[in-house]
Amino acid sequence: MPTKPAGTLYRGREGMWSWVGHRITGVVIFFFLLVHVLDTSLVRVSPEAYTAVIGAYKNPLMALGETGLVAAIVFHAFNGLRIIAVDFWKKGAKYQRQMLWAVLILWAVVMVGFSIRHLSLALGGH
Amino acid sequence: MSATEIQSPRSAKAPAAKVGSNRIAPQYRRNGSSKGNFEMLAWLFMRLSGVVLVVLIFGHLFVNLLVGEGIHAIDFGFVAGKWADPFWQIWDLAMLWLAMLHGTNGVRTIINDYAEKDATRLWLKIVLYAATTVIIILGTLVIFTFDPCPVVNGVQLPGGFCPAP
Repeated sequence: MPTKPAGTLYRGREGMWSWVGHRITGVVIFFFLLVHVLDTSLVRVSPEAYTAVIGAYKNPLMALGETGLVAAIVFHAFNGLRIIAVDFWKKGAKYQRQMLWAVLILWAVVMVGFSIRHLSLALGGH
Repeated sequence: MSATEIQSPRSAKAPAAKVGSNRIAPQYRRNGSSKGNFEMLAWLFMRLSGVVLVVLIFGHLFVNLLVGEGIHAIDFGFVAGKWADPFWQIWDLAMLWLAMLHGTNGVRTIINDYAEKDATRLWLKIVLYAATTVIIILGTLVIFTFDPCPVVNGVQLPGGFCPAP
């Protein structure tokens, strides 16, 4: 089995890095999903068990973690729509770079809005 | 199928062909093997489920984190309130199944890409499919057997969402 590829398919720039970002965010979301189904399943154990564990999501450090998770989800969502456009829209491949910049701008706008709202709720007086 | 005409697959200006007629030369067709259409269906599923998941998950995040008190409102009673409504049961069920299958197929792709040994790929996928099966079944049972007012040995558990007697 060859251990060293003769050439490389990794071409850098917007195309490759968006693909890298999509993979990493996808894996992060998947593992969170496994944990999230398990923690939600505690409603079936007892109300106290659920409320105690869900309380762990409400500390300030977790608020930052949630913001990071939502950042991953929003990127994966918008870039996924870009991939669909590349695959199904006639001019998708031609405009894939511009669409990535649109994804990043939209992502930044949504994340500014989300962060302000979520962090002020999560960190605000309680 | 008209006369055989071999074209360079990369020619920039291939003669316009009717949709469905010889657009892909036979040697580049990927179906017809023993795997059938599975990979094509998986590819299509990722796109279709992806679009639906954008709506389901954005809605989930909006309702659970951004409305009212946000995350501070989430406790047993919050879940009980949502699952008292079949709308949210179906919403969460669809989100569970689509997200798990979408994620599992994504991780399957990653395993195929990076695990070089046959045995490694096999074992990683066995673990993956086992985890997926457990999580989907568990999640589905939780949504449909949820009891807002659990009673153990005739005693109501504290924190329950019980109707006034």
